[in-house]
Amino acid sequence: MAKIDPAALGSLGDPTSCHKPIALAGTSPEVACAMLEQMLLIRAAEEQIGDAVTEGMVKCPCHLAIGQEAVAVGVAQHVRDEDRVFGAHRSHGHFLALGASVESLFAEILGKDTGCSRGMGGSMHLRDVEHNFWGSVPIVAATIPIAVGAGLAAQMDRNDAVAVSFFGDGATEEGVFHEAMNLASVKKLPVVFVCEHNLFSSHLHVSLRQPADSTCRYAVAHCIPWVRVDGNDVVAMTAAMAEAATHARSGKGPFYIEAVTYRWRGHVGPREDLDVGVKRKDDLELWKKRDPIARLAAALNLELDWRPVRHQVESAWVKAAAASEPSPSALMDRVFSQP
Amino acid sequence: MTNYCEAMLEAHRWLMRERPEVFCIGQGLWSPWYVGNSMRDLEKEFGLDRVIDTPVSEAATTSAALGAALGGYRPIVVHPRMDFAVLAMDAIVNEAANWNHMFGGGIPVPLTVRTIINRGGEQGAQHSQALHAWFAHVPGLRVVMPATPSDARDLLIASVLCDDPVVYIDDRWLYEEEEELEVVETLDLRDVHPRVRCEGSDITLVSTGYGSSVCLSVAELTGDSTCEVIDVPVIHPISEEDYDVIRESYGRTGRLLVVDGAWGSCGWAAGVAATVGGGQTLTLASAPAPTSRGLEADYYRPVQAESMAAKIRKLV
Repeated sequence: MAKIDPAALGSLGDPTSCHKPIALAGTSPEVACAMLEQMLLIRAAEEQIGDAVTEGMVKCPCHLAIGQEAVAVGVAQHVRDEDRVFGAHRSHGHFLALGASVESLFAEILGKDTGCSRGMGGSMHLRDVEHNFWGSVPIVAATIPIAVGAGLAAQMDRNDAVAVSFFGDGATEEGVFHEAMNLASVKKLPVVFVCEHNLFSSHLHVSLRQPADSTCRYAVAHCIPWVRVDGNDVVAMTAAMAEAATHARSGKGPFYIEAVTYRWRGHVGPREDLDVGVKRKDDLELWKKRDPIARLAAALNLELDWRPVRHQVESAWVKAAAASEPSPSALMDRVFSQP
Repeated sequence: MTNYCEAMLEAHRWLMRERPEVFCIGQGLWSPWYVGNSMRDLEKEFGLDRVIDTPVSEAATTSAALGAALGGYRPIVVHPRMDFAVLAMDAIVNEAANWNHMFGGGIPVPLTVRTIINRGGEQGAQHSQALHAWFAHVPGLRVVMPATPSDARDLLIASVLCDDPVVYIDDRWLYEEEEELEVVETLDLRDVHPRVRCEGSDITLVSTGYGSSVCLSVAELTGDSTCEVIDVPVIHPISEEDYDVIRESYGRTGRLLVVDGAWGSCGWAAGVAATVGGGQTLTLASAPAPTSRGLEADYYRPVQAESMAAKIRKLV
């Protein structure tokens, strides 16, 4: 087998490739259908959020991951009870893939006391420790070293838990990403780094930000084993995460996954034609043919029925919207954990 | 007698012995010259797994300590010169300080950032800075500046046992100060308030950390109960009741001098002098910005024209 170049995305970066149904590779129909349902929920929830932004019901910045659902769902298949997952600004999908409640996500985005962060954080500050989601923040790359610290805690706990860090290709341009990779590698910490490489950081294409288009070369530089995977193939994502988590749980140190994907909407907000970079319009049509949902459905020979999930999402939205905002005293009462 | 530096060593040892969830992490911890004698041989007594030397990565190390703190540990992350803590400002200011509030409250963040003001020794612009006012500006951080050996020990213990992020700042120029120490009694950091360290009648001297130590020496020099010295060991958060301790003294002496071994502009001394001196301010509440619509409106109301006009009508 030819050696894979850690510096070049190769065919995975080519939007004319990977349009066919995915290979189920022995995945049982039950598991595949469950993953499909999760992806449908994420897509429907984010479309609901996007519509609410368009209608002016939501003001807080919402970064939608429509088109990237398979990354979150694939990783979530191998997240266990003690594991700690951290996200970033585009984390609705991570949150939902781990089984956290769609109503608490909506309530958070609407600033309600029933939100997952009790209305204090909005779309960019999600947390549900019960469902292994330890926090997401919009400072780019900030949660990567925090996840490394969660890995340090797991190592000190002497169990086989791992920390998972989701970030985008833009985060690999932050200095602290490299500090975090180095620290995790030298201390052999159980951390799975998941780079969701969607080619863009905000409006700027990777070719205008980095001298080579694959971030796997950074894993090589920090002596971390890596895999590059079609991030729009949920079965391949699941297999990549299985390999990564097994490696990290066995005490061998961190693992790096580069999931190549594409976001269908702008950097922030619901529109497809804003915050876009070079050749976006043509590319988007091609990338939509790499739809992680349609490719899985085709592999299963399923006709998609969106009605149940849309109904679920709409009813969660109605409940979230009817909830109360935090009481005025919350502003000062929540500054310190011990007021 | 125990000096300030030995007192901190005693605190580290007490914490590591009594609390298995405490660990130390930072650059130079296996090479104690970085931190004076304040951490000497800790790695021998407690092992390399609990006293962790690190790559040259202040930002990642501080964030990693935060990540471990969220997982139930009580890390002490050490930046042997405060100038280097500047590289970790995202971890401290954006992340640790806001974490509890922005995720809804009730979340322990027991992170202690220990950092040293390393003044003197001809070490120049980047090994000498006293940046405590930066941290004391930020809602969600507790900022501790011990002036005496007993405070150096007891407030380090209190900082680490606190469930909120604490920036604990010790001062190289205090390391030789000596005191007879009592047996350790754990304090709640929330119960530590400005203290009248020396009574006097003609002028109120207010300071923190190294500055308080100098004020006490001056009070001794001037004699005759001229100077009343108030030491502020926790400079943030500071309540109206805390300011009242200073106001009461100032009311008696009629003169106020606020001393800080740091810069004046937007500094700690300026803040205390202005607050106690009766100057009026309109600012945001000392809290992170909430997202919820109603709370956000409350948060920005003080600095909008209507509220300002109301305040001015009251004043004139």
